[in-house]
Amino acid sequence: MPRVIIEKDRCKGCELCVRACPQQILRMTREINVKGYFFAEVFDQPRCIGCTLCALTCPDMAITIGANSVVYRFFEV
Amino acid sequence: MELIFKKPESLTDTITHYCPGCTHGVIHRIVAEVLDELGLRERAVGVAPVGCSVLAYNYFYCDFLEAAHGRAPAFATGLKRANPNLIVFTYQGDGDLASIGGNEILHAANRGEKFTTIFVNNAVYGMTGGQMAPTTLPGQVTTTTPFGRKVDDVGYPIRVAELLATLRTPSYIARTSVHNSEGIIATKKAMRKAFSYQKENVCFSLVEVLSTCPTNWGIPPKQAAEWVGEHMVPYYPLGEFKTPEKVH
Repeated sequence: MPRVIIEKDRCKGCELCVRACPQQILRMTREINVKGYFFAEVFDQPRCIGCTLCALTCPDMAITIGANSVVYRFFEV
Repeated sequence: MELIFKKPESLTDTITHYCPGCTHGVIHRIVAEVLDELGLRERAVGVAPVGCSVLAYNYFYCDFLEAAHGRAPAFATGLKRANPNLIVFTYQGDGDLASIGGNEILHAANRGEKFTTIFVNNAVYGMTGGQMAPTTLPGQVTTTTPFGRKVDDVGYPIRVAELLATLRTPSYIARTSVHNSEGIIATKKAMRKAFSYQKENVCFSLVEVLSTCPTNWGIPPKQAAEWVGEHMVPYYPLGEFKTPEKVH
């Protein structure tokens, strides 16, 4: 199952990942990180399809994606 | 757990100084990934411009030079001619490349210098506070054009990719955008092609990337990305304008 790991202190709260996610499983928290931004979080991890679009869109390299089973590739990067 | 997406090795751990939602970070990552994939990192030398990406040397694990304003192609020419084995790329913004460095890039492309230029076009001067750039769209409000850019006063925006594509010297010229996921994937393909042409010592290559500047446009990052699609893409069409195989 794919797993989205968000390094919260790298996040600048731009919300571009929320816009990019085709499953709409990302949202912004109401907490702030060390830089004072509302950071992104995954609220429905089991629905993640491992498309990596959130990580591709993130300008701050805050998102890493792991998987411990077969993950389909939806596009050629 | 196996990582299916992680930070490329050519990027450092430093958190960038860019504003939230600025797509410079995405373009940095794409360049670093391409350097890793083509195995060019040990031979790569970047040339940073004057502009928001002036501190790019903090973010890449490769050698970097800091050029005078607009003179990155001149620096890159010297580097590449002195040591043709190096992989030289310049990373320039629109205020740097299209305005003060217009002459440098035009003649570097015309001489067919075999380096790669990454041209980040966000239609505004970012670092100095959002003044009008040569690529600012007609009617766009900036700090120096508070009533919108008037085309009968300061002319129309320069389409750099089309301009360089009219030169007879073989080169690779493409324009892509990073405002959505499709654009990011297309940008990576164009960037890989540009660096492979340089690796095979074929020709000059330039990738113009339409980027966002939420801070100076005065809109949130999400809307800025949509603004690129609605306003910039119609004026700056995407695609490959010139390839070395197809000589005009």
